[in-house]
Amino acid sequence: MPLDQSFVGRVYAPTAPYDVGREKIREFADAIGDANPAYRDPDAAKALGYPDVIAPPTFAIIVTSRAAHQVIMDPELGVDYSRVVHGEQRFVHTRPIHAGDALTVVVTVETIRSAAGNDIVSTRGDVSTVDGEAVLSAYGTLVVRGAVG
Amino acid sequence: MTAVGTELPAQTFPIARANLVRYAGASGDFNPIHWNERFATEVGLPNVIAHGMYTMALVCRVVTDWAGDPGAVVEYGVRFTRPVVVPDPEGAELEVTGVVAAAGEDGLGVVDLTAKVNGQTVLAKARATVRLPAVSR
Repeated sequence: MPLDQSFVGRVYAPTAPYDVGREKIREFADAIGDANPAYRDPDAAKALGYPDVIAPPTFAIIVTSRAAHQVIMDPELGVDYSRVVHGEQRFVHTRPIHAGDALTVVVTVETIRSAAGNDIVSTRGDVSTVDGEAVLSAYGTLVVRGAVG
Repeated sequence: MTAVGTELPAQTFPIARANLVRYAGASGDFNPIHWNERFATEVGLPNVIAHGMYTMALVCRVVTDWAGDPGAVVEYGVRFTRPVVVPDPEGAELEVTGVVAAAGEDGLGVVDLTAKVNGQTVLAKARATVRLPAVSR
């Protein structure tokens, strides 16, 4: 059964603050095998004009995917999470995330459509600091695969 | 000014199961399709597959290594078109190339990226907008 179109435009409450730490950034940079000193050395990051170590561009997914789960896990929407795959992802940064940020996300359901028997849900997560400074927007598309056969 | 058509240094990233386990821990995405072969095959996949976001992160390294300042990447997006299958112990090899598709007077450049495994593209519309390195402007 197609998903409820009335969810389009729905805005979820801001997520609880996520505190970005130097060691989490280092762990993420290690996991993607990236030795860039801007992720590890506060002095190197300051030399580039940042207040502290910055996070790799896709680090934002840690914060925004949790927020998008509010939609996918919303019992009212009724998505079968075991059938969800990632279709598209895009980040538009106002500035890089850096250590010391306390980030909150407001998620908006942008579109819900059906194609080839799948439901396709697109969300936008607007990420800002708890002080209201815009940091980035994350546009994600999740595909809910239709039942086989 | 960085010229349109400038090729970024290509990179090849080997992907082994251990990389996926490590990425799962760092990202918090513990979906078993990314580390448990039994589970992956039970849900109809050929084998364990890499996190799409891990592939996306590796591909971005071609851009951040070129730019020097990773904070210069102001926009980055991809469409996931083919799963990266990671058999054990063989693993997979991700080959990434990038080319400057547009360069504006505003100092912003658009880089089109190609990501292949076994000669087949795994991403579509992989594109980054970057503040171009001042030295090459």
